[in-house]
Amino acid sequence: MPTIFDFERPVIELETKIAELKSFANEKGLSLENEIATLEQRAAELKQFIYGNLTPWQKVLIARHPERPGTLEYIGAMITDFVELHGDRLYGDDAAIIGGIGRFDGEPVTVVGHRKGRDTKENLARNFGMAHPEGYRKALRLIKQAEKFGRPVICFVDTPGAHCGLGAEQRGQAEAIAKNIMVMSALKIPIIVLVIGEGGSGGALALSVGDRILMQEHSVFSVSSPEACASIIWKDSARAREAAEVLKLTANDLRGMQIADEVIAEPLGGAHRDKAEATTLLINAVRRNLAELKGASGDELLVARYRKFRSIGVHLGV
Amino acid sequence: MVFDFFKKAKYFTVKQDVKRDIPEGLWVKCDVCNEILFTKDLERNFKVCQKCGHHFRLTVEERLHITLDPDSFTEYDTELEPSNPLGFPDYNEKLSSAQEQTRLREAVITGDGSIGGHRVVVAVMDAHFIMGSMGTVVGEKITRAVESALEKRLPLIIFSASGGARMQEGMLSLLQMAKTGMAIGRYSDAGLLYISVLTDPTMGGVSASFAFLGDIIISEPGALIGFAGPRVIEQTIRQKLPDGFQRAEFLLEKGFIDQVVARPQMAETLARLLSLHERGDA
Ligand SMILES: [Zn+2]
Repeated sequence: MPTIFDFERPVIELETKIAELKSFANEKGLSLENEIATLEQRAAELKQFIYGNLTPWQKVLIARHPERPGTLEYIGAMITDFVELHGDRLYGDDAAIIGGIGRFDGEPVTVVGHRKGRDTKENLARNFGMAHPEGYRKALRLIKQAEKFGRPVICFVDTPGAHCGLGAEQRGQAEAIAKNIMVMSALKIPIIVLVIGEGGSGGALALSVGDRILMQEHSVFSVSSPEACASIIWKDSARAREAAEVLKLTANDLRGMQIADEVIAEPLGGAHRDKAEATTLLINAVRRNLAELKGASGDELLVARYRKFRSIGVHLGV
Repeated sequence: MVFDFFKKAKYFTVKQDVKRDIPEGLWVKCDVCNEILFTKDLERNFKVCQKCGHHFRLTVEERLHITLDPDSFTEYDTELEPSNPLGFPDYNEKLSSAQEQTRLREAVITGDGSIGGHRVVVAVMDAHFIMGSMGTVVGEKITRAVESALEKRLPLIIFSASGGARMQEGMLSLLQMAKTGMAIGRYSDAGLLYISVLTDPTMGGVSASFAFLGDIIISEPGALIGFAGPRVIEQTIRQKLPDGFQRAEFLLEKGFIDQVVARPQMAETLARLLSLHERGDA
């Protein structure tokens, strides 16, 4: 069963009705083109109305949609010759983060990204995309390797946050995230960050220090999940919807705060409703941004990257 | 502002309204061993319980007083004040009441001074100010302090005390981790010394950025240090955490800090480390 949210039910019902009418007309050899055209027109308007006015909480739901394309789907669709690389060389391999090398537009790139599962079994294997220190350390190892071989890095961000647990603390979750931030800020290769789903707190930031932060239209990025925020501020995680409203976590909000460099359009209703189209839009954005960065020397990249993060919040009077 | 008061004072005074950890009066009970302590003795002992060694949390002014050479401190960026960039509900009130209670403008004070005669840039966080959480101004003050230390080619010491990123400034708070971490990276690449001192508590967005990026990381005994808060972990794993989990001694054992240093020895230890890194051209 596909996941359908309450707010999109009228669209889905209308779409179902149109499909039924079409097959009925076919079956009976009737010509119902006018009726169908009218309904399709109405569906288009309804979609525009509903999907064009999504609330922040509805965007959170879409960002977490179980059928939304994730890191693996995009790697499959935009990277050729992909070779997955495992392990942090210190402790283990963390399936919550995928890393490897492949080609984008024929040129070698390093790819790292959080991986949430698409079903219960994969979610358990990948810990719902919540990485342990070894995941961040694997990513860092691969990103440093990219610098050695002079290839750009593409990071896919899609995680509820870093894992909270005994092992994660014992093995230095905080140190691992801190190290990623510092080292990524000084690597002399282009780093493009694609926020494709849920960007949750420090666990997302650990893969987000790059030259460009591009957010898909319905992705979100937040200091903590709306649930955690509501529980910290109001001692009530059920007020997550309200927290989503005040946290300013949508791609457009973050573009406004100059945190996201670009908002990448998605098919109406979200990437999962037209995966091919979503992929094309994403590829175009990556291609354009990589081309812009390729002309810059390593030192120029560092100066611009420093300036980018240094100036966040400054225009808001601080 | 607290620093007008601090600079004027030639000696250490604890005013009634800054003694938040200690109820008014002559006596105070230790949170850990329940020993009844004479307030004057406790203060004379760097606010460390004489019986069990529990380190009471310090205010910024107390920390500066016991760390820096007398009258050596010059505060930076005194004018920087937090705002409410997201228009977050009740945040203005929260800031005002924290400012009133602590007489600080924000959860960190930065500046330069000397320790045992060694010049150093310092940043001191105060957990009494909205749990020392890091919003835009905390991140900005720390970044500017790091940049000043780089410009002046001085060693840097940051005393962390924080619950993590400040929720009410949303992503702007999270991005302070990147900003401060980046500044530390640049500073470090210039071959300069950064000593990170972790005090109770150092968690979340602060531990996961500048606090764990020191060349040398030391901690006060018993300080709570980690990424996720103990309550969050307990809710996740549905069991009680073992005693001492995420405490300074635990991190020492796991290899994440260089030393646990008791408060009475802290200034001396820092002075020795600074002296070991002194260069001919300094
Ligand atoms: Zn005691």
